[in-house]
Amino acid sequence: MNIATIFEVVLAAVVLGLGIWTIAVRETYSATVGFVAYGLLVALIWVRLDAVDVALTEAAIGGGLGGVLLLGAAARLRDAEPTVAEAPGMVTRVSAAALSALTAAALAGAIVFLPDPAPTLAPTVVAHASATSLANPVTNVLMAFRAMDTMLEKVVLLLAIIGVWSLAPDNAWGGHPGPRHQADPDGILVFLARLLPPVGIVVAIYIFWTGANHPGGAFQGGAILASMWVLAIMAGLTDTPSIGRRWLRFVLVAGPGLFLLVGLGGLWFGTAFLAYPPALAKPLILGIEVAMILTIAATLGLLLAGAPERSVK
Amino acid sequence: MSGPTAFGLCAAVAVGLGLYGLITNPHPLRKLIAFNLLGSGVFLLFGVVGRRGAAAGVGNDPVPQALVITGIVVAFSATALAISLLLRLFQKTGSTTLSNVAPPNASSDPSGG
Amino acid sequence: MSLARDIMTISAVSAGVFFFLAGTAGLLRFPDTLTRLHALTKADNLGLGLVVLGLLPQAGSLREGLKLVSIWLLVLLAGATVSQLIARTARQGETAK
Repeated sequence: MNIATIFEVVLAAVVLGLGIWTIAVRETYSATVGFVAYGLLVALIWVRLDAVDVALTEAAIGGGLGGVLLLGAAARLRDAEPTVAEAPGMVTRVSAAALSALTAAALAGAIVFLPDPAPTLAPTVVAHASATSLANPVTNVLMAFRAMDTMLEKVVLLLAIIGVWSLAPDNAWGGHPGPRHQADPDGILVFLARLLPPVGIVVAIYIFWTGANHPGGAFQGGAILASMWVLAIMAGLTDTPSIGRRWLRFVLVAGPGLFLLVGLGGLWFGTAFLAYPPALAKPLILGIEVAMILTIAATLGLLLAGAPERSVK
Repeated sequence: MSGPTAFGLCAAVAVGLGLYGLITNPHPLRKLIAFNLLGSGVFLLFGVVGRRGAAAGVGNDPVPQALVITGIVVAFSATALAISLLLRLFQKTGSTTLSNVAPPNASSDPSGG
Repeated sequence: MSLARDIMTISAVSAGVFFFLAGTAGLLRFPDTLTRLHALTKADNLGLGLVVLGLLPQAGSLREGLKLVSIWLLVLLAGATVSQLIARTARQGETAK
C-alpha cells in the first residue's frame, strides 16, 4: 500500500463524493458546476490509468466544452425549475434506487472478478506499428486499425449538427445561431479574447501534430480550436456564421468526405476499404487528420452555438 | 485494493448514481447531467479494463482508449443535440416539463416556428 | 546534486500545497464572493507558481521547463480574467439589490 495507491483511493473517493453531490443537490446550476468539477477530476483519474490521450479528450471535450454547454443551458433555464407536483413518488424512488444499486453491484463484482491474466490487444497493436510508422499506439488504432469507427464518428458529428440546425424556427431558417453577444470593448473579456486565441491556436496545432508520436491528436486539438472560436464569439469580436454559408458547409463535410475518399481509393487501387498503401500511410493519415481537425473544430463550435435564432437579414 | 480497482468501484457507483438520477429527477437538464455521469462511469470501466491490459511497453491497452475517445465525442454531440431540443421546448412552451399536462403559458414562442 | 534538486522540489511543492490549502480554506470559510475570489487567486498565483518552481529541477530539458512555466502563465491569465468577470457580476448583483 504505497503513496500512489493511497492517492488513487483518495481521488476515487473525492470523485465519488462529487458525483453524489451532483445528483443530490437541489439547484440545477449547482449540479452543473459540480458536473464540470467532476469531469476535470475524472481527467486526473485517466492520467493515473496511464491513458493520457483520453485524459486530454475528457478535459477538453467532457469537462471544458461540455461544461460550457451545460452552464449556458442552466443559465437560460434558470427560471424553469420543475414544480413539486412532478417530483416522483416514493415507489418510483425506491425501485430506481434498487435498480441502481443492483447495477452498481453487478459492475463492481465484474471489476473485482476480472480475469487474470487480463486479455489485451496491446502487443498486437505495438507489433503492427510499422504499418503506419506512427509511434502513438492510440493514434494508430484510431486512424489505421479502426479507421472505420473514426470515420463513422465524424458522420455522427455531422448528423448531430444537422439535428441541431433543424430545430431553427421558421423565420430564422438558415440564419445565425445563438444571440449576438456584446461585451465592453475595453473590458476584460475582450482582452482575453484578443490575447488567448493566438496562443490557443498554436497549442492546438502542437497537440494535433505531436499526436503522431506522443499523446495528443486531432480530437483534442480540434476541441481547443473550437473553444478559441467560441471565446471570440462570446466576446463579441465575431459573429456566428449564418449556417447557409457555403464555406461553412464545406468545412463541415471536409473531414468525413476526405476520409470516405481515401477509403474508396483503398478499395479502388488497393485491397480493401480504408486500406492505406504502406508507403503512403503516414502522409495519408496526416492529411486526413488535417481535414478532421478543421471539421471537428467547426462542428464542436457550432454544436455549442446551438440552433439558429436570428435570420440572415 | 489497488488503484485501478478503486477507480473501477468508483466507476460502478457512478453508473448506479447516473441511472438513479436519470430516472428520478424530473428536470430534463438534471437528467442530462445524470446521463453524462452514467456515460463517464462506463468509460472509466473501459479504462480500468484497459489498464489491466497493459503490455508490450504500453501503459494502457490502446483499443479501449480509442473506443473511449470516440465515445466521449459522440456523448458530447448527443448532449448538445439534447440541449438544443430542451432549449427549443423552453422557447416554445415556457417550461421544461416533459409531461403532457402542463399548458403553454404566455411567454411561449410567437415566431410560429 | 540530485539531492539538492530533490530538496528544492520537496520544499517548493510543500510551500505551494500550503497556499492551495489556504486558498481552499478561504473559499470555504469566507463570507461572500469577493473575499472568496481573493482567496482563490492566492492559490492560483502563488500555489501553482511554487509547485511549478518545485517541478522545474525535475524537468528533463529546457523545453519541458518552458512548457511548465507556460502552463503557469496560462492559468494566471485565465484566473485573473475570470476573477474580474465574476467580481464585476457580483458587484452588479449587489448594487441591484
